[in-house]
Amino acid sequence: MTPRRQRMILIGLMAVGVTISAALALRAFQENLLFFFSPTQVAAGEAPNERVFRLGGMVVKDSIEREPGSLTLSFVVTDYAHSMPVHYTGVLPDLFGEDQGVVARGKLDDQGGFVAEEILAKHDENYMPPEVADALARAEEAASQ
Amino acid sequence: MTVTLRVRFVRWFHQLASPPYVYRLAGQLAPWFAVTAGLLLLTGTYGGLVLAPADYLQGDGFRIIYVHVPSAYLSMLAYIIMATSAVVGFIWRIKMAHGLAVSAAPLGASFTLLALVTGGIWGKPMWGTYWQWADARLMSELLLLFLFAGYMVLRASFDDREKADRVSAILAAVGVINIPIIHYSVEWWSTLHQGPTIAKLDQPSITMDMLSPLLVMILGFTIFFAWLLCKRLQGEILNREGHARWVEKLLEEITR
Repeated sequence: MTPRRQRMILIGLMAVGVTISAALALRAFQENLLFFFSPTQVAAGEAPNERVFRLGGMVVKDSIEREPGSLTLSFVVTDYAHSMPVHYTGVLPDLFGEDQGVVARGKLDDQGGFVAEEILAKHDENYMPPEVADALARAEEAASQ
Repeated sequence: MTVTLRVRFVRWFHQLASPPYVYRLAGQLAPWFAVTAGLLLLTGTYGGLVLAPADYLQGDGFRIIYVHVPSAYLSMLAYIIMATSAVVGFIWRIKMAHGLAVSAAPLGASFTLLALVTGGIWGKPMWGTYWQWADARLMSELLLLFLFAGYMVLRASFDDREKADRVSAILAAVGVINIPIIHYSVEWWSTLHQGPTIAKLDQPSITMDMLSPLLVMILGFTIFFAWLLCKRLQGEILNREGHARWVEKLLEEITR
């Protein structure tokens, strides 16, 4: 076996080893690598009960209720399978809104809701000018009628 | 006919291992890359800042995409080039391949930093945060920065350049595993970072008038990177071959 062939095999074996160990490590830490839990996962009891965690999903349309004269509001987060009410007091990011993605960090309360101490907006991968967005909204409305 | 073509190709391939040939080739390519990159970057910047419409949700804030996406893409491309040439140098003992890897490392680190910084600047107004430690996309991109830095620091710790070549090539090769992790992080795990807009098999989730300046910028960044790579490679060759006859002759020609 030539030294060159040996070096090739060395690199090849190393690549296989690194791939297998990375795959195993990522599987083992699968849960820790999630940025947020979905309402379905929370409903299934996968989220921690007493500790702070992140809840992510879409803000349900017409669900935002603001308390007049304060920064307190509540809204419903959904993954279209399960939903969960969220309560929050504080400043919101610009992209927060109905039918938009949201990630809330906080704890479950005893009434089946979620009390957030921080709200982040999750932007989706769609980019379009306002006219296109309007046209899409109109088409959706027409389709639902 | 095919035989002579093959012979010529093999000869050309062997020439790529010869420092004076690579030095001259890089010097000949560099000005073409510089001019093309300059034109593309100017066109893309004008297209991105002036011609493209504002986003329906983010307004003008979305325009940072024209720097963020090309630099993030380049950060990964630079790593793949660095790791591939380091492994080629390791297996076939080609000094020029190691030289190319060394030249790519600081460029890749710069693009990675640019991607992280532009992402943070965009994230603060849009997400409501500059940085989230728990996000898999953000973490794997930060790890990429550490891999570039680790490669450079590891090399600097050896006095013997050939030993540095061999050991750092192993680190570069191991780190390749991070590239698919960066790409698929937004699909494998729930992340704050959005999913792919154009790097997918589906149709791009962006309208044509916003996409075309982005494609021009991606191409412009790539050729800009190629230009910098040529210049750095020339410097690296002079570093390695400082005492060779052809370098002395070259210096005489320049100073005359």
